[in-house]
Amino acid sequence: MRHAVAALLRKEAALELRTPQVIPAMALFSVITYVVFHFGLKRNQLEGDLASGVLWVTILFAAMLGIARLFVSDREEGGFDAFLLAPVDRTAMFVAKAISMFAYLVLVQVIAIPAFVILLLGPTPDGTQALNLVAVLALADVGIAVVGTLVGALSVQTRARDLIVPMLALPLLVPVIIGAARASAPLLALHATALPGKWLAVLALYDLVFGLLAYGVFDYLVED
Amino acid sequence: MDAQPALDLRGVTRRYGERVALADCTFTLDAGRTLVVFGPNGAGKSTLLRILATLLRTHEGTAKVLGHDLKKEGWKVRGHVGLLGHDPLLYKDLTIRENLRFHARLYRVPETRIDELLEAVGLTVRADDQVHTLSRGLVQRAAVCRAVLHDPPLLLLDEPRANLDPAAADIVEPLIGAASGRTRVITSHDPVGGLVGADIALGLQAGYTALLEPAAGVTPEMVGELYR
Repeated sequence: MRHAVAALLRKEAALELRTPQVIPAMALFSVITYVVFHFGLKRNQLEGDLASGVLWVTILFAAMLGIARLFVSDREEGGFDAFLLAPVDRTAMFVAKAISMFAYLVLVQVIAIPAFVILLLGPTPDGTQALNLVAVLALADVGIAVVGTLVGALSVQTRARDLIVPMLALPLLVPVIIGAARASAPLLALHATALPGKWLAVLALYDLVFGLLAYGVFDYLVED
Repeated sequence: MDAQPALDLRGVTRRYGERVALADCTFTLDAGRTLVVFGPNGAGKSTLLRILATLLRTHEGTAKVLGHDLKKEGWKVRGHVGLLGHDPLLYKDLTIRENLRFHARLYRVPETRIDELLEAVGLTVRADDQVHTLSRGLVQRAAVCRAVLHDPPLLLLDEPRANLDPAAADIVEPLIGAASGRTRVITSHDPVGGLVGADIALGLQAGYTALLEPAAGVTPEMVGELYR
């Protein structure tokens, strides 16, 4: 399966580099949303639960854009059929798309998180807090990528995919947002406290359960 | 594998919701032979090709392709079929070479094969052009390269000469024509040209078999009846 995943990843990278669509759209959406919050909340600086909520709701909504576009070129240009004809494990596409979605989220966050810190965040996280936040981001991104790939594959087969993506993905991702927001809140507080391990464990468990579930059902999902 | 027919369909039926797209389709085709499928738009030609390519499941009947029952062993057929449909199955923003390289990696075909095929269809100089910049005819040539890249024993060709001028049709003939030695299923609307090189003719009307004869005994007038 490794060679198929590698082939798909190289193709994804080539397409996104040739005509950047997903990453600029997600990044721009995130920055604009932080600007909107900046003015809408009438507060220059956020901290704690509110800062964490704003951070994660924005990331989640930005992810919807990426999820909705994840399989579009494959469906519209026949790449899906071409892949299904090839003598490769079909879950290779799930793995490649989930890795792509994870990479998109990381690249977007490289732009969006500094924008969040500049526009909205009161306390500036120190080195340890920043590292802890990276751990939370990584675990949450895995969950969003896994569920997003599953929902993207399901929705691309329908005409109403733009409606179906948020309708399916948002409820499924509620546990990720709760876990990520609760885990991040102490790191973004004025008097930062230790990273709550319980919520990291919740995120890791979610990733494991939905990762296995998505891996198991993806083959049936792409079948006729 | 050659001792049994390359294609053996018995009572194959496929529906889209309530609508029957292909009904009770039964035929056999020996390896290396060509079946030409005629029928008006919506007759079930593309559905038949997609079933044979393992992209659609049958709802009734049994279909054996290259000796494998599609319901139980469809995965064994993948990789042995070359499909040339209405869609070229090429990413428009990638170049021809990038597209073929992607498929070569999926099929584990050496990349030298790409150069051979590009040369054969006269696309070497346009190999690094993005697909969306090419004319329909050049895209069709690139799609032919994609379909035969892995040297499949079975070719499923949906109006393969669409968009090709006579010279281009001659260029791709060694790859997808009768001389290629592959088992072929071709759909066509051309009663005269379609019968050339065919061994068996199948006519479909609204999913049902209206004609199934050795091609030598079929006249263009008989084919024309399918469209009335």
